[in-house]
Amino acid sequence: MQFLRTIFMIDFLRGFWLGLKYLVRPKPTLNYPFEKGALSPRFRGEHALRRYANGEERCIACKLCEAICPAQAITIEAEPRDDGSRRTTRYDIDMTKCIYCGFCQEACPVDAIVEGPNFEFATESREELFYDKDKLLANGDRWEREIAKNLELDAPYR
Amino acid sequence: MTEWFKGINDALLDFYWPNAFWLDIVGMSAMMLLFIVVLLLMIAFMLLFDRKVWAAVMLRRGPNVVGPYGLLQSFADLLKFVFKEVVIPSGANKGVFLLAPLVSTTLALGAWAVVPVADRWVFADINVGVLYIFAISSLGVYGIIMGGWASNSKYPFLGSLRSAAQMVSYEVSIGFVVITVLLTAGSLNLSKIVDAQAGGMHHWYLFSHLLPMAVVFFISALAETNRPPFDLPEAESELVAGFMVEYSSTPYLLFMLSEYVAIVLMCAMMTIMFLGGWHAPIEVAPFTWVPGVLWFIIKIWVIFFLFAMVKAIVPRYRYDQLMRIGWKFFLPISMFWVVATAGYLIAFDKLPG
Repeated sequence: MQFLRTIFMIDFLRGFWLGLKYLVRPKPTLNYPFEKGALSPRFRGEHALRRYANGEERCIACKLCEAICPAQAITIEAEPRDDGSRRTTRYDIDMTKCIYCGFCQEACPVDAIVEGPNFEFATESREELFYDKDKLLANGDRWEREIAKNLELDAPYR
Repeated sequence: MTEWFKGINDALLDFYWPNAFWLDIVGMSAMMLLFIVVLLLMIAFMLLFDRKVWAAVMLRRGPNVVGPYGLLQSFADLLKFVFKEVVIPSGANKGVFLLAPLVSTTLALGAWAVVPVADRWVFADINVGVLYIFAISSLGVYGIIMGGWASNSKYPFLGSLRSAAQMVSYEVSIGFVVITVLLTAGSLNLSKIVDAQAGGMHHWYLFSHLLPMAVVFFISALAETNRPPFDLPEAESELVAGFMVEYSSTPYLLFMLSEYVAIVLMCAMMTIMFLGGWHAPIEVAPFTWVPGVLWFIIKIWVIFFLFAMVKAIVPRYRYDQLMRIGWKFFLPISMFWVVATAGYLIAFDKLPG
């Protein structure tokens, strides 16, 4: 029996048939820059500092994020502003240190620092990854709609 | 008007005859150049086809960035190879090192001189065409051995040793397969072998007593051209890239090219000896309108598709398994079939000519 299988190459022919079936099967590959996979609302991507609807920045410089950050990537300096409210004068995140654990957004009492859905922020130099307050606020303005949507979708589970 | 044409004609003939020798050489060279260009263009797309088939079986997409559907991928690769630096190892024998890929490519292309791509479309219609092809393709092993030896490195040397043993072993069974074909066709001339299969699919040697030989030839051709599953000379999981480890840039490109030229040559041999060459599969109106060269190319692509599929589905053989199949399985079968074919042809009075 084994001899017949060898002579007529049954195993090979069956393998060939299987190969043909796979040949015409639809491909699971995503054509990445043109097609993208779905992201969860909880996806932790690039950081952003959000604002209230009236344009006031949310961050109150409580430094909880700085305290909890396991990679110590966040640096905050704060001073009372002219109107007496407590605000940051400096809010830096070293994106090369960050491990994207999401603790900062968990710690934030006012939903100021969040990790948005953007993961395509590769840069050509290391310096560009040292984000300062302006960059983070700009991110927040740019991604606000997506971030708000994600927070709303995730809210029932919190 | 006719006077005018006659004048032109006479003038051309007056120019032609005294210079016939040189003009023939120029014309022949131009035709060969055209043939090589067309062949290499076809191979460029076959390379892509190979990768696409391989990718599709693995549920990948394959190269699809350069040009529409990645059609220009091979040309991008060519440019990349050509513009890279040629690295020659310091301990290498420089002359032999650079000669090896040239030998491979020249021999692989040289074998095409006797391949009839259509009726009387052949550069050298010699009577020992089959012998010429096997002489040339056996010489192809020299390119690999020279490359492996001149690299002055262990892996290339091991790769070329394997290659030598492998090619010599499978040459033997290919030789016997060819003997069965030429017994049946009654000629060593490739054009005559094709003509013996004229008149439709049922005359093809593939669908005759030579079917097992076609299978043996196909598998031996895989081994002869170092194709997976017999790609031991360049087994990347064992020998990095075998005899090509130390090669880069254009010399590497030439090795790659000669490999594919040899593969297409084997597809062409398969077409000529078993699939009726340039003849249409069914000799009725819509099929006979298609020019013979097109049938030839279609058949080559079909065989090449099989080559690509085998590469995709079969794991690499171990060295001892390779030798076992070659010497203990194919050789006895093909020897037996030579005797059986001869007996059959005599017993049923089917000897040609």
